[in-house]
Amino acid sequence: MIKVSGLTKDYGARRAINNLKFDAQQGEIVGFLGPNGAGKTTTMRILTGYMPPTDGEAIVAGYDVVEESLEVRKRVGYLPETVPLYTDMTAFDYLKFMGELRHIPNVDDRVEEVLDMVGLIDRADGYIGNLSKGMRQRIGLAQALLHRPEVLILDEPTIGLDPGQVVEVRELIREIGKERTVLLSTHLLNEAQNICDRVLIINKGKIVAEDTTENLQARLIGAERAVLRVRGESDDDLVKTIRAIKGVQAVETKDDGMVEFEFASGKDVRPEVAKQVIKSGYDLLELRPIGMSLEEIFLELTGSDSKNK
Amino acid sequence: MRTIWTIAKREYDNYFNSPLAYVVAFSIVLPVGIYFSLIMYVSAQQSMMGGPPPDSTPINWLFVFLMIFLSPALTMRLLSDEARMGTLELLLTAPVRDFELVAGKFLGAFLFVLTIALFTLIFPIIINNFVTPGIDWKVIIASYIGLVLVCGALLALGTGISAIFTNQFAAFFVTFGLFFFLWFMVNLPANYLQQGGDVYNYLSLSQHFSSMNRGTIALGDIVYYISLIALGLFAGTTAIEIRRWR
Repeated sequence: MIKVSGLTKDYGARRAINNLKFDAQQGEIVGFLGPNGAGKTTTMRILTGYMPPTDGEAIVAGYDVVEESLEVRKRVGYLPETVPLYTDMTAFDYLKFMGELRHIPNVDDRVEEVLDMVGLIDRADGYIGNLSKGMRQRIGLAQALLHRPEVLILDEPTIGLDPGQVVEVRELIREIGKERTVLLSTHLLNEAQNICDRVLIINKGKIVAEDTTENLQARLIGAERAVLRVRGESDDDLVKTIRAIKGVQAVETKDDGMVEFEFASGKDVRPEVAKQVIKSGYDLLELRPIGMSLEEIFLELTGSDSKNK
Repeated sequence: MRTIWTIAKREYDNYFNSPLAYVVAFSIVLPVGIYFSLIMYVSAQQSMMGGPPPDSTPINWLFVFLMIFLSPALTMRLLSDEARMGTLELLLTAPVRDFELVAGKFLGAFLFVLTIALFTLIFPIIINNFVTPGIDWKVIIASYIGLVLVCGALLALGTGISAIFTNQFAAFFVTFGLFFFLWFMVNLPANYLQQGGDVYNYLSLSQHFSSMNRGTIALGDIVYYISLIALGLFAGTTAIEIRRWR
């Protein structure tokens, strides 16, 4: 488990994270969402004992990250964002080296086991330098899993993977998350939605929201949105037609010819819109809902966007 | 201890995959071998006229002298490269103490140099076969203890400096500069001072080694080299700790 309170880190005059407070229980997968430079990696580095915080306290797997750093490091599996690997070693030798540093018994067998888990057993004797980005990412993940850690901290674990591998890795993380604590960072909302039980949104070193992904979306969106496309140009008449429909809150023509409209959550006006558009003589080609993207949620939360005016 | 050994073993194996390490080994073994042949040739000529028997200790002197120039190449990337490649993050988040990391790196380099030194043992053995009643092994042993200690001091200082830098060439030049100073320059004031010059002599790498190479092992010499090894490892450990705090 992870328990953080008042965590602060300064890089010189710049405050990277400011008074963070959160926790993660055993058997829970917590997503850490935030734009670049929000402080995700800094927080993870503190939790893994790589560097001490300027202020505050962090307990990981029952030990203080500053006072009992070594005990924490024994119990944490960490995949850094940059996936540092020794490119001049074979996958097997690299994992064996990391396993020996952690005093894993029967290290050869365990290395084969984790290589199998990440689907790279046939590349065991290949040099890491010759592996693709996605494969290196999985070697990094294998390294994090090697010692069956109580707490797993993964910085952008699915970045650089192809879609098939993304599904596999997420499956693997979900499996691990059943018994252990997993903290992972990501840019992708659907990834957070997919595997995380809970999400922390961090911006400029502060946690701006903490909830399940569903709750976050529901809370923030308030209104739902959809876009439609008709054959030919979308003209003003079309906009007028849609605007006239009861329940439609805002209509806007996009540059690409799509028409976007908003309506209150739970009051789906799409069937009515479709009917009216066709009735007015347009050929309706497409009508689909658009979810709120992570970027928009951020902008919503940080209040730094023109949309919020 | 096990962790130090794991790191040392990887580093040792790594040297055998590195072209630079072979270049360094070659640059030591070749001049040393040529020098040996010369010694043998000269003493063969002299012994016909009743000259002294061949002496192998100058070979160790050359070995150590070459190490001043070449050992920075062996230590320069030990820790700087870990920082540059980001793998330091990996090691520092594994249950490895900062000291164990530095000591392991040092030990790997030290074992590699000892392996090279092992090859040079063949020279006194050859000479022993030509000289009756055999050479004075006590001198040889003292000379090798000196050699091992000097190499240890050089490599520990080099490892420590490597931990300070992210750029391996910066580490190389600073290490080389320090060795040059400690070998050639630090004892210069002793020549001009009326008194107190002993301090400068004591700091000199070459002064300590030349007395050991003549076959005398003084406690002061051993303390000097062990202190340098400790200083190097301490500097390296501190540099890694500072990296964490930055």
